[in-house]
Amino acid sequence: MDFFHVIVVLLESTIRVSVPLIFAALAGLFTERAGVFDIGLEGKMLGAAFAAGAVAAVTQSVWMGLLAAILISIALSLVHGYASITQRGNQIVSGVAINFIVAGSTVILGEAWFRQGGRTPALGEGSRFQTITFPFADSVREIPILGPIYSDLLSGHFLLTYVAFAMVPISWWILYRTRFGLRLRAVGENPGAVDTAGISVIWLRYRAVICCGILCGFAGAYLSLAMTAGFVKGMTAGKGYIALAALIFAKWRPFNIMLACLLFGFLDALAIRLQGNPLPLIGQVPVQLMQALPYILTVILLAGFIGKAIPPKAGGVPYVKER
Amino acid sequence: MKKTILGLFAFSMMSATALAADIKPAIIYDLGGKFDKSFNEAAYNGAEKFKTESGVEYREFEIANDAQREQALRRFASDGNSPIVMAGFNWAASLEKIAPEYPNTKFAIIDMVVEKPNVKSVVFKEQEGSYLVGVLAGLASKSKTVSFVGGMDVPLIHKFACGYVGGAKSTGADVKVLEAYTGTTPDAWNDPVKGGEIAKSQIDQGADVVYHAAGGTGVGVLQAAADAGKLGIGVDSNQNGLQPGKVLTSMLKRVDVAVYEAFKAAKDDKFEFGISNLGLKEDGVGYALDDNNKALITPEMLDAVEKVKAEIIAGKVEVHDYMSDESCPY
Repeated sequence: MDFFHVIVVLLESTIRVSVPLIFAALAGLFTERAGVFDIGLEGKMLGAAFAAGAVAAVTQSVWMGLLAAILISIALSLVHGYASITQRGNQIVSGVAINFIVAGSTVILGEAWFRQGGRTPALGEGSRFQTITFPFADSVREIPILGPIYSDLLSGHFLLTYVAFAMVPISWWILYRTRFGLRLRAVGENPGAVDTAGISVIWLRYRAVICCGILCGFAGAYLSLAMTAGFVKGMTAGKGYIALAALIFAKWRPFNIMLACLLFGFLDALAIRLQGNPLPLIGQVPVQLMQALPYILTVILLAGFIGKAIPPKAGGVPYVKER
Repeated sequence: MKKTILGLFAFSMMSATALAADIKPAIIYDLGGKFDKSFNEAAYNGAEKFKTESGVEYREFEIANDAQREQALRRFASDGNSPIVMAGFNWAASLEKIAPEYPNTKFAIIDMVVEKPNVKSVVFKEQEGSYLVGVLAGLASKSKTVSFVGGMDVPLIHKFACGYVGGAKSTGADVKVLEAYTGTTPDAWNDPVKGGEIAKSQIDQGADVVYHAAGGTGVGVLQAAADAGKLGIGVDSNQNGLQPGKVLTSMLKRVDVAVYEAFKAAKDDKFEFGISNLGLKEDGVGYALDDNNKALITPEMLDAVEKVKAEIIAGKVEVHDYMSDESCPY
């Protein structure tokens, strides 16, 4: 196994691991840019993963699963929206509440419906996403350098993987090149000005929250319908929080978000890969150190290397029209 | 007449329950949850078997986090339940504390030794069962590379790994074994996404048989192996049916027997305290062979593994126990 092959395999794994992070971080981008902090990304993703697993298992259709994931995630987003936009509640409290409710209720519902301890039944071939192989992927693999890049790195991923990477420029275009995007960013910086211009702050923020729900739905469906075959309790395992970290790390910008998520994914993939393999010169590295590496690097990078991360000015503040 | 017979029948039923109600057995599961298709589910199956055979109801509890351990245990003990069986090594600290407070209650803990006069400790020689599946893995592998995915990085799981490495390498000195762990916190038992990613990484490095000892995480490991067209090996319960035809075998750990025996012994008033260490000889561990994996195991492989099994039982082959010196010589 040569060095080049190792790199390709590592990058392939990086892409797989970072997809849910990209979806979730972009989801957070939409709400936070509109001034609604969302710590409930984790819960929405988990709820969506459960809905996807449960519905796909019952209907045997991956598309129904994906649809259910998006609907549930939007519903949870609207709850967060109702609490923090209409009722002007504390956005952090509402987000944390969503995380807790989802963590508990998915297990209870799963146990009640499927009797497998909160797991949904394992999905067969037709009811989960299959990898897409590009044309000629097998025949060009032998070509040096470009062959493996095309056949292994670009081809052979799930549909949702390509959707995730397509969402990055799409999100950028929506936020920076459309009227809706301009207003959405304005509402996160200075809602008073937007209101003066005769645009409804409430409705704008609700739309941002719905965008977030759709993207979290994709993230959840990716976990339970593509990466694995079915829902397992707590399967998001903190990815929502890592996505939040990536969002801050990327200073609330779409392309930076993609890079941050890929970096986190790469460190994760590297940690998995290096376990048990001695490094040249250094020798065997303890497993614990390898597993802590992504977090250590995050802290170091956040502490001094990326400059100041300034959140949207009106973030976390409910808009009050008149006192 | 009919009424009398019915009455008699009812009376005999009642007296049977009255006799059997002498014990109030209880079981508490570990964090993986009752239906983890693995360790806890095996414990549950043992308790269910006792219930159907004896008609004695048992109480059970699934903890949701570590903080509940002591509370749940004390609650069960103060309600007069006995014997109380705890599934999992994580219970040791709570039990150390609570066992002396209820000297008349019979406790049993699985996977850990707690030296108190009213505690029965059941441990298994996982290394022996893992050695056998290691032999099968080594024989089934075409690439001569096999791998292991552990759950939480603790000595108990290294015990599985070490036996497996020993078994795989006994089939040929050129066999390579990759070894990785999911994490260092209890979350590592429930992360199928990461488990699958580790398995894929090992398969990319050439492994074609992947053994997991990772609880709920293992579902993802077996899935990844099956997706890649490779073989998985299950653990604790018989997991051959999770991916039929894609699971080479499962390392059986008869937690169900341990729970069943503990309940039954208490019922027959033969409950013994102290340590019982169950290995191949006692049928405490083994490997699974059923319709799902019959086609995967050739007669030659079966002969080889049965031979090794007989040698271990006879004491001719000694499988190293990682926990004895925290190192693996293979």
